[in-house]
Amino acid sequence: MKLSPEAKHNLLDPLIGNNPITLQILGICSALAVTTSLKTALLMSMALTLVTAFSGASISAIRNHIPGSIRIIVQMTIIASLVIVVDQLLKAFAYDTAKQLSVFVGLIITNCIVMGRAEAYAMKNPPGLSFLDGIGNGLGYSLILIVVAFFRELFGAGSLMGYQILPLTTEGGWYQSNGMLLLPPSAFFIIGIMIWVIRTYQPEQNEAPDFVIHESHSHSAGESH
Amino acid sequence: MIKDKFNEMLALPNDSKQKTIFVALAACLVCSVLVSFAAVALKPMQEANKAFDKKRNILQIAGLMEEGKSVDELFKQIEPRVVNVETGEYVDDVDAATYDQRKASNDPAQNVLISADNDIAGIKRRAKYASVYLVKDGDAVKSYILPIKGYGLWSTLYGFIALEADAKTVVGLGYYEHAETPGLGGEVDNPGWKAKWIGKQVYGPDNQVMIDVVKGAVDPASKTAIYEVDGLSGATLTSVGVENMLHYWLGEQGFTTYLNKVRATGGES
Repeated sequence: MKLSPEAKHNLLDPLIGNNPITLQILGICSALAVTTSLKTALLMSMALTLVTAFSGASISAIRNHIPGSIRIIVQMTIIASLVIVVDQLLKAFAYDTAKQLSVFVGLIITNCIVMGRAEAYAMKNPPGLSFLDGIGNGLGYSLILIVVAFFRELFGAGSLMGYQILPLTTEGGWYQSNGMLLLPPSAFFIIGIMIWVIRTYQPEQNEAPDFVIHESHSHSAGESH
Repeated sequence: MIKDKFNEMLALPNDSKQKTIFVALAACLVCSVLVSFAAVALKPMQEANKAFDKKRNILQIAGLMEEGKSVDELFKQIEPRVVNVETGEYVDDVDAATYDQRKASNDPAQNVLISADNDIAGIKRRAKYASVYLVKDGDAVKSYILPIKGYGLWSTLYGFIALEADAKTVVGLGYYEHAETPGLGGEVDNPGWKAKWIGKQVYGPDNQVMIDVVKGAVDPASKTAIYEVDGLSGATLTSVGVENMLHYWLGEQGFTTYLNKVRATGGES
């Protein structure tokens, strides 16, 4: 299958160039909450990608018939229904991890990425492209979650996917785990560093400053203006 | 006819009143069908998962898990019973296999309100009847598995404590549901910590609850070490929650009466 340039752009651009977390700064809340272990992050990523893709496609399919006055609530109804379906599926097929995710799957409803893509893209574009846009943004979100969860689980708990990699001192090993990485603020630091790195390599992501600091006039003795 | 009406509706300008109502109703209808279908179709699998998970937890806490044996097979040595917490008597007119203590604790007809003074576990109300599990070896009871729940830092922790046939010595303790901070309070799931409970004594010489989750590490030389378990570092509130719920559930308000009875009769009260 050959993808049109626009489809390809929808799928790949949100990974780094227009990443929903690091550039659009959406969906930070769940990125803090579910990244203490890699497994929960992976499942959350899958759930969000599915919801974003299918909500984008279905909202786009009826976009020409959604009255402007109730468009947000129609979008919410569709998104909320899809989230419930995903939640039910997880409880049926991935019970253990679904238990750890607990409320966060339900909170996909309020995840800004889903609403943001519905409002910004799906309302104006055909279903196929909206679906790919949803997948792309979901994958962009996933990428950040996985990287954050990798560092948090490895250095916070010494394990990956639940398997012990660094033996902990509490269990007779040598690695003193970093408890702060398991608390939400650490995700802020990691996401912040990622934004810094990405913007160093893609300086075009830097916004123009809101204010320009005026060049200061020197008042030191010996110089006069 | 209906199709014509439908097309007619769609042809209306988007901002007209009729169309707004029509789209709202149609969206709700389609979505509710989708949601109910998923909920009903997946219910049996979810229930099976839940039941399986509970059985597995009970086996783990009782230390009965064996490699290569199925949970259902291992669970055969366990007999579920329903106990009236207040009188300590078994209740036989309730089917122990299907009794749902959690549902009962939310049903005003089946629960009791706990007064604020007594509510050290922070649970507000409890079911009148509790599900207990007896590990049997032939006719003799090898251990008693009692349900416990209580508030930690963020969430209510649900779990079990297993006691030996003397109804005093801990066989195991574990939680099957909680939402404490992973890595801190969530360390209640740490096998290393759970192993520290094995062999500890719950009751002191006067039959009062003595079990104690101490801050830091237990001094093995101390006289009370047999009643003490290390606290979880960085999770003082969760540790306190664990201690409080044990004091509640094993104390006068909880299973003391029942355990006194089984100690006297060897399980068949």
